[in-house]
Amino acid sequence: MLTVEEKLEIDKAIHEVPVKKAACIEALKVVQQKRRWVSDESLKDIAAYMDMSPEELDSVATFYNLIFRRPVGRHVILICDSISCYVMGQEKLTDLITKQLGIRYGQTTLDGRYTFLPNPCLGTCDHAPALMIDNDLYRDVTPEQLEEILGKYA
Amino acid sequence: MEKPLTQHMRGDGAPLSLKEYERAGGYQALRKALKEMEPKAVTTLVKESNLRGRGGAGFLTGMKWSFVPMNVPKPKYLICNADEMEPGTFKDRILLEQTPHQLIEGMILAAYAIQADQSYVFLRWAYKLAAKVITQAIEEAYAAGYLGKNILGSGFDLDMHLHTGVGRYMCGEETALLNSLEGKRATPRAKPPFPQISGLFGKPTIVNNVETLCCIPHIVNRGTDWFKNLSPGADAGTKIYGVSGKVKKPGAWELPMTVTMRELIEDYAGGMQDGLKFRGALPGGASTDFLVEEHLDVRMDYTGVAAAGSRLGTGTMIILDDHTSVVGFVRNLEHFFAQESCGFCTPCREGLPWIEKVLHTIEIGEGKPEDIKTLEFHTKYLGPGNTFCALAPGAMEPLQSALKYFRKDFEELIRHKISA
Ligand SMILES: Cc1cc2nc3c(=O)[nH]c(=O)nc-3n(C[C@H](O)[C@H](O)[C@H](O)COP(=O)(O)O)c2cc1C
Ligand code: SF4
Ligand code: FES
Repeated sequence: MLTVEEKLEIDKAIHEVPVKKAACIEALKVVQQKRRWVSDESLKDIAAYMDMSPEELDSVATFYNLIFRRPVGRHVILICDSISCYVMGQEKLTDLITKQLGIRYGQTTLDGRYTFLPNPCLGTCDHAPALMIDNDLYRDVTPEQLEEILGKYA
Repeated sequence: MEKPLTQHMRGDGAPLSLKEYERAGGYQALRKALKEMEPKAVTTLVKESNLRGRGGAGFLTGMKWSFVPMNVPKPKYLICNADEMEPGTFKDRILLEQTPHQLIEGMILAAYAIQADQSYVFLRWAYKLAAKVITQAIEEAYAAGYLGKNILGSGFDLDMHLHTGVGRYMCGEETALLNSLEGKRATPRAKPPFPQISGLFGKPTIVNNVETLCCIPHIVNRGTDWFKNLSPGADAGTKIYGVSGKVKKPGAWELPMTVTMRELIEDYAGGMQDGLKFRGALPGGASTDFLVEEHLDVRMDYTGVAAAGSRLGTGTMIILDDHTSVVGFVRNLEHFFAQESCGFCTPCREGLPWIEKVLHTIEIGEGKPEDIKTLEFHTKYLGPGNTFCALAPGAMEPLQSALKYFRKDFEELIRHKISA
């Protein structure tokens, strides 16, 4: 069931577009923002609300990198794995995160604290390597800084 | 040296407020156009200015606008492409974060020229700060009467919306962007019909890059001769160049299009880091051909870079140094393209992962002599004309040029069966 609050936000997006379906990505975003990911249950509810079939909405949802169709942890770590960051030492950072947290790309720590994902270029290549945790961008990241950065997210 | 796009930036990275922008002459171009110019005259001016799109393909902006039918019922759309997901490219971010009103004014002028009544900023998800800045600037522009109904009493109406994407390189391809805005998968559309005739929701639509749109107020204010004279070559205006990789001071600078690769690397980016040598560079983002030492004095304009066998692309250069594995470098790029392929056509969907795999095998010292042939085969069959959109041919540019200039690196790894 979509909450009243979610419905209100989705309605706002629907009002901005001439065709209701055009707001379906917004709708997925709204729900993901509240629940961290889009479960099969939520997907069905959103589809019904948007007058779409669940299959049609799922084909949209699974196309985009940042709509999560599987549960994620409380914090999502996105490391830039594109070219400038690669040149500037991203693979070392990835190895370190894997070691420190015991998770590889796509996995979530057992305590549900972090999910670790690679992400294409974060658009801050002059300050590579870069990573994002939730809404926070970290640039020129050195291996020494990692522990402190990760520690900020309980 | 004039720097119209960046001259009024505050220097502390904070966005120029509406007041500050107005004090610097902001929205004067809009006043002028609405009062003194027919919509068509704005298009003609931009056409005569020789402005070429800064999103990568370099198409003449005024020419593109001139294909929009004028006497058709509303809505018509003007879209700012702020997806910027090409690896190595970070120039639009600077404009979005620091001079939001310059972009908005450019968008209103473009919309006026084609008589669009609806506009969108299609912004990538990762640009959180830009999202905040643009949202606020749009609100300010509405409050000041630059957006909405009857703008500055001219009878011209325009709405502007911010749409944030959910991550997919394909969203930057202009027809895929339209599908994404319509709530679909971001796969490209067949052309014709061109978006100018039938774009968003089947209506006439123009898609322009952030930097392109930011040039418009200046062209309207100062005229075509001034704009052309900003760069002495054939290509008009300034360009925001970037350098990333192992140089001393990576960054971005607005410069006339006379600047050479050498000047960018040595004078602006401070030269290579100590102990490292320059081996090559992708001059304009991940989907451009390598240029090498012999090209260091190539002029970084559309014509100069093309004559050297590459593309100006987004104008943001990625440096390859002598301590970085060429094969690893190219493998990283092809991994990106393989992952971001929309999967619509077979050569791209099947070919890119194959390429990535072959490169990986070579990288870990398990390559075979025939692997190079396999890679070359792909550069041919994923090249221009064989796939539905420009992603696959773009992906082949760094690969084919790496095989041309750094073939020995590939061969040695294969021959000696060592890992990179
Ligand atoms: C796969 C792909 C991704 C693209 N991404 C972008 C982008 O992020 N931003 C952009 O302005 N243009 C991008 N382009 C180019 C656009 O299709 C289009 O040419 C451009 O937005 C037009 O604007 P301009 O004429 O002002 O350059 C991309 C093209 C392709 C094929
Ligand atoms: S070339 Fe690749 S990205 Fe472009 S349409 Fe074909 S499959 Fe999609
Ligand atoms: S390549 Fe990592 S931010 Fe651009």
